[in-house]
Amino acid sequence: MIRRHHIAVSVLALSIGAASCGSAGPEPVDLKGAGATFPAPLYGRWFKDYSDAHSNVRVDYAPVGSGTGITQFTNKTVDFGASDAAMTDDEISKVAQGVQLIPMTAGIIVLAYNVPDVTTPLHLSRSAYAGIFLGKITSWDAPEIASANPGVKLPKLNISVVHRADSSGTSFAFTQHLSEISPEWKAGPGTSKSPNWPTGIGSNHNDGVTASVKQNPGSIGFIEYGYAKSTGLPLAWLENKAGKYVEPGTPSAQAALAGAPFPENLRLFIPDPDAPGAYPIVTYTWLLAYRNYTDPKTADALKDLVRYCLGPGQTISEELGYVPLPDSVASQSLKALDNIK
Amino acid sequence: MTSLSAVEDRARAVSISRPPSSGEQMVDRVVRLTTQVFAWSVVVLVTFIVLKIAWTAQPAVRRYGTELIRTSTWDSNREQFGLLPAIWGTLYSSILGLAIGTFFGLSIAIVLSQDFLPRVVETVLKNLIELLAAIPSVVYGLWGIFVVIPAIRPFAGWCSDHLAWIPIFGTPLKGPGMLPASIVLAIMVLPTVSALSRDAIMSVPSKLKEAAYGLGATRWEAILGVLVPTAMTGIVGSIMLGFGRALGETMALAMLVGNANEMHVSLFAPGTTLAALLALNFPEAKGVESQALMYAALVLLSITMLVNIIGTAIVTRASKRFKGSRS
Repeated sequence: MIRRHHIAVSVLALSIGAASCGSAGPEPVDLKGAGATFPAPLYGRWFKDYSDAHSNVRVDYAPVGSGTGITQFTNKTVDFGASDAAMTDDEISKVAQGVQLIPMTAGIIVLAYNVPDVTTPLHLSRSAYAGIFLGKITSWDAPEIASANPGVKLPKLNISVVHRADSSGTSFAFTQHLSEISPEWKAGPGTSKSPNWPTGIGSNHNDGVTASVKQNPGSIGFIEYGYAKSTGLPLAWLENKAGKYVEPGTPSAQAALAGAPFPENLRLFIPDPDAPGAYPIVTYTWLLAYRNYTDPKTADALKDLVRYCLGPGQTISEELGYVPLPDSVASQSLKALDNIK
Repeated sequence: MTSLSAVEDRARAVSISRPPSSGEQMVDRVVRLTTQVFAWSVVVLVTFIVLKIAWTAQPAVRRYGTELIRTSTWDSNREQFGLLPAIWGTLYSSILGLAIGTFFGLSIAIVLSQDFLPRVVETVLKNLIELLAAIPSVVYGLWGIFVVIPAIRPFAGWCSDHLAWIPIFGTPLKGPGMLPASIVLAIMVLPTVSALSRDAIMSVPSKLKEAAYGLGATRWEAILGVLVPTAMTGIVGSIMLGFGRALGETMALAMLVGNANEMHVSLFAPGTTLAALLALNFPEAKGVESQALMYAALVLLSITMLVNIIGTAIVTRASKRFKGSRS
């Protein structure tokens, strides 16, 4: 009974696959990818769903970090890469087959905190959170924090900053934002995947930072929204460029992404969005594809996979704590697939 | 029948006294050669590892000289790779962890070897302690985060509130830090120290203990005055092995030490270790940074080797002394 069911499903899947994209025949295709950990939960889900529907395509994705992903992509040991920091022109010039950057989804970086007995979400001004990560503001009852939170009784508790210990695209996006809003940060640690953090303890990966914040009263750390959402940690409302305090979430993230037009190469950072309802720390994450594949089957399979992710796949994004791409961006990404051969 | 058995006897006598056949000589030669090849290949492998690391680190060594082990800023964007905090943290956590581990390990070794407990309980406890060595490092790390840190928080809070004038209690506990890292490290080296010390104590000839009792020594006098000093070679050896393990331990420390490039005397302050630094930065390191990390690996290797050489020297000296007294 189970077996018959299984056969029925795969036959169905095959026929769907054949119907949706005429080129995908029964010949098996393996796609290997490596890169960013930030979108890994979402990619894992997408690729699994896609493989379930297309039994001839197998997708392996190794979440090894953006930097390693770029290296492996440049060395041609994978079929596609993934990076939160896109690729620099310098890095792109090293790939003879050409590079197509494809924005896949966007994420927000939130400040999760652990302050006992504070139930209302804390509001942090730009100078407050920059000061906390610079190590200038060291107690939760500091005037810089208290002034934005009238009526909240803040404890006299040391602030313990938690940051990433490994090299990370999340750190890159976060420090890029801090460099934009704080000249002192720009002159000091600067924008980097592994900056010289002025204060705090380091934890490994997003889940390590999440665990550290959850375990230690008085701590604050930056993490990807999906991780924060699944653990239920309280998240700070941050002051944006327009001076408003904004709750992190999909609507405020989409407000941040909207209105910023993409350049030709689809590489766009929004270190400090202008819109009044925008959450201030957002980042796109990119899939890295070659422009010319030696095997057309690989190119076709990859394009079909990306079409799935940018189309039906976008509905899964929000559920996992990512931000669905604005329609204009998704259509631009889809158009870019024509460059891949 | 008798004649047959006589023939058999003669045949047996011949087979005992005959020279080894060429086949046997061959086997002998092959065995000797194989064991030598394996023994030398270990030497070659270690030399290769050292040379390879030294070779990769060489550009950094030439560029920075001893600057790396004298400075304390790690900033890959500005190509500053100070290793001093990592060296400090490695030694601090290892020595502290080993001190705690030795105290408990040696006590356990004594209790489990001197008939304090029924034989069954002794065996069960001994196996349980050896089981500690089978727990993966990452599990120790998680246990440290979820159990050790919350457990020492009240004590640490009280110390840093009331005894802050003592340098080792100088900073508040922020969660991960040197003390939780050292406590977990102590438990990780415990099986090594206790199992080998126990073997050393058990191998002391019982005549010695009996002689001590004969001279009127109490049980504790016999243990501390005769057994432990006699077994000291093995005990020091076990401590050195534990030290080697502590220096190289990576994952649990990366999760517990706080990975902050700082140097503090305080037990509660976060720090970093060479092994954690390597593990966390190596995957994405490029160019000068990976050379600097190789430099760090070379430093860690040197420290470990130095510890082993000192340990061997101590063991040799101690064993000479006691061999003298025994004969």
